[in-house]
Amino acid sequence: MLAQFLQFLFSGITVGATYALAALGFTLIYNASNVINFAQGEFIMLGGMLTVFFMEVGLPMPAAIALAVLVPAIVGVLVEKLAIEPAKGAETVTLIIITIGCSLIIRGIVQVWLGKNTHTLPPFTGGEPIAILGATLLPQSLWVLGVTAVVVAALWYFFSRTLAGKAILATSFNPVAAQLVGINTSWVLFISFALSAALGALGGILVAPITLTSYDIGIMLGLKGFVAAVVGGLGSGLGAVLGGLLVGIVEAMSAGYISSAYKDAVPFLLILAILFFMPRGLFGAKVTERV
Amino acid sequence: MTRSPYFGLYLVAAVLLVLPFVLPNAFYMDLAIRMAINAVIVLGLNLLIGFAGQISLGHAGFIGIGAYASAVLTTHFNWHPLFAMAAGATASAILAALVARPIFKLKGHYLAMATLGLGIILSIVITNEGAYTGGPDGMPVPGFALFGFELSGEKHWYWVVAAVLAISIWASLNLIDSPFGRALRALHGSEVAAQVVGVDVVRYKVAIFVMSAVFASLMGSVTAHYVGFVTPGVAGFFHSIELVTMVVVGGMASVYGSLIGAVLLTALPQALATFEGWETVAFGAILVLCMIFMPKGLVPTLAAKFGRKG
Amino acid sequence: MALLDVSNLSISFGGVKAVQHVSFSIDAGIVYSVIGPNGAGKTTLFNLITSVYKPTEGEIRLDGRNIAGAGTHVLARLGVARTFQNLQICMNMSALENVMVGAHLRLDRNLLKAALRFPALKRRDAELRVEAAELMRFVGLEKYIEARADAMPYGALKRLEIARALAAKPRLLFLDEPAAGLNPKETIAVDHLVRKVADSGVTVVLVEHDMKMVMNLSDRILVLDYGKKLTEGTAEEVRRNPDVIAAYLGAHA
Repeated sequence: MLAQFLQFLFSGITVGATYALAALGFTLIYNASNVINFAQGEFIMLGGMLTVFFMEVGLPMPAAIALAVLVPAIVGVLVEKLAIEPAKGAETVTLIIITIGCSLIIRGIVQVWLGKNTHTLPPFTGGEPIAILGATLLPQSLWVLGVTAVVVAALWYFFSRTLAGKAILATSFNPVAAQLVGINTSWVLFISFALSAALGALGGILVAPITLTSYDIGIMLGLKGFVAAVVGGLGSGLGAVLGGLLVGIVEAMSAGYISSAYKDAVPFLLILAILFFMPRGLFGAKVTERV
Repeated sequence: MTRSPYFGLYLVAAVLLVLPFVLPNAFYMDLAIRMAINAVIVLGLNLLIGFAGQISLGHAGFIGIGAYASAVLTTHFNWHPLFAMAAGATASAILAALVARPIFKLKGHYLAMATLGLGIILSIVITNEGAYTGGPDGMPVPGFALFGFELSGEKHWYWVVAAVLAISIWASLNLIDSPFGRALRALHGSEVAAQVVGVDVVRYKVAIFVMSAVFASLMGSVTAHYVGFVTPGVAGFFHSIELVTMVVVGGMASVYGSLIGAVLLTALPQALATFEGWETVAFGAILVLCMIFMPKGLVPTLAAKFGRKG
Repeated sequence: MALLDVSNLSISFGGVKAVQHVSFSIDAGIVYSVIGPNGAGKTTLFNLITSVYKPTEGEIRLDGRNIAGAGTHVLARLGVARTFQNLQICMNMSALENVMVGAHLRLDRNLLKAALRFPALKRRDAELRVEAAELMRFVGLEKYIEARADAMPYGALKRLEIARALAAKPRLLFLDEPAAGLNPKETIAVDHLVRKVADSGVTVVLVEHDMKMVMNLSDRILVLDYGKKLTEGTAEEVRRNPDVIAAYLGAHA
């Protein structure tokens, strides 16, 4: 009984960490530019797929991973410069469609270039499952949780203690005011997209040894990451992390105890429930419109 | 305006009448039928996205409801196709009404997410309930017989679909230039202003969402009977995106834009069929470029260039 | 009985008490102005009465019926119309359509009848189009009758909003800073327009900073300061009131 519960919990937290990283990415970009980046999922996919590619080309794993985080960051910046900036000030529908278009482009290119096969990555430190209270935990899961924790801590430090981080937050609250006090808002956007893509890619790399990777995993992962961001409250970093873990756990529990066929539907049922009853999410802020 | 507001409609009707005699073979007739079906769906969707300014990223879900209602109810329960179609439309309407009311109190991306979630859930349900729906491989659909006359083949379906399209265009044009239509457009322009003149904003959003869902469901049923087969992909995310692309490229808030968008983007996959993978990239690129350089869509942008109303 | 009766109205936003225990009443057929320094809560008061906000305390009675928090579209049904300080024009429609939309509640809004183009509906629409053009002439916008809203200058749009409000044939019209952002010549035109509207029998409630206009037009004036009622009376009484003078000019020097 306990063993089963723990098993589901472990797998839920593991995949939840990936959602958390994706949600953080969404939150970053939303805060910097009020755009919901539907291409976020593709950055996750790029992380795993590019690592596979670089390793096949002969690079050692650490180098492959480094590149697989860097390249998506560059892609993120390209998306910002070539697709988002030219459409500045457009309606919400327009921006959403642009990011969906970008996600299609990225996915399509990967599909053509790297094929439609699923790939696997070797786990970072060996595949022997660790036994805990009757449940098994993969060492890779520990990597996922550990790295995510370190990243979240680093981001927290960056945004609350460094000048650069505070500048980014300031821009998210009021871009014009931020510009007037000398903050380079273009640079802020640049950093936000790069960081967001890197976070997503990292999440994809961490979890690829467990869940495999292929050209089309981006859609679902991205959408679920977005669900996590909304559950936690769009715009809240803490909310993104907690939202991610929550979505992961609820999904795993539902898959385990209720039905695994409907596993993918669970996060979307969750988001409909949140939107119906608590649209601001767990930590979101309330805004009144001035007339 | 010195011309009748229905001028465009007469043009379209003329084209529809002439087309079957001009098209060389069944393949093109089939393409024309698919274009017309998409056009009707896109008309409904455009009323929602272009005129009322709302978003739906899960509209294919309603097409799926219609298609599978027609497939399942006729096959497993021996319903008459007409009743199955009506059942699908009713189910879509009820679902749309239920989901819309709480969601339309929110804005922009929340609406996008909710409709997206709904579409995906529907698509997953269809795929999973294999016993009824045939699962991921789909299922065949019986033919459509009206008063003993069996509709089969491109020749019959073409006239049915062409008639539906013409009526839909006529109804849409009427709707837009009416108190209801003005209220919708006002809601898009300024919700605050619309409310102050007495428009019950939430009710109107729900109404137009339901209407566009019903359009989609009915055409889903039509497609199911015409093709004779349904697969879960009909309710999938990519299909929803294709539809939004048609609205956006053809022209948001433009009736003829919906037509053009449907025609162009139904033909595109055919043209790219040999370049699998590039189809996705092409769609994506079209979306991005269109939204950046022609945010209003093809027809309104061209109309503005030539100084006429879109 | 007064047309509009406000008693003990209050609202807070977080810790900010924007309006505190304000009471006043407005008789039918007059021009009633609300004035006060910036931040006094005038637009908030408007928003409370027209149901954009829900009060935390107090009652608002229209014809004796409590309408606090009833919802903006409900108020439209009760014959209340308003314009906005920050223009709320539908830029995606033509000028005429903006005015026509003001008459929304007076028309048959049925979806099915519209789609099927019922002749009665079409006829009413054509009549409304003529009426809307008349209204545009009434507010002095003849040259914009064929124009699109997004092609019109700011001053014209302010008057378009008034035309839209009048299309509803309201009994109570709230004008939120109709002269804001207008040059002296345009301001005089608005002054004349408000007089015309009041003369046609509509009760007008005005928020305005232009003192000349206020003193010229108003039958009664309410003065707000820091969300509280400072005083109320005729133009003469208010003009001479030392507290009012102090509030505007700052007697704490």
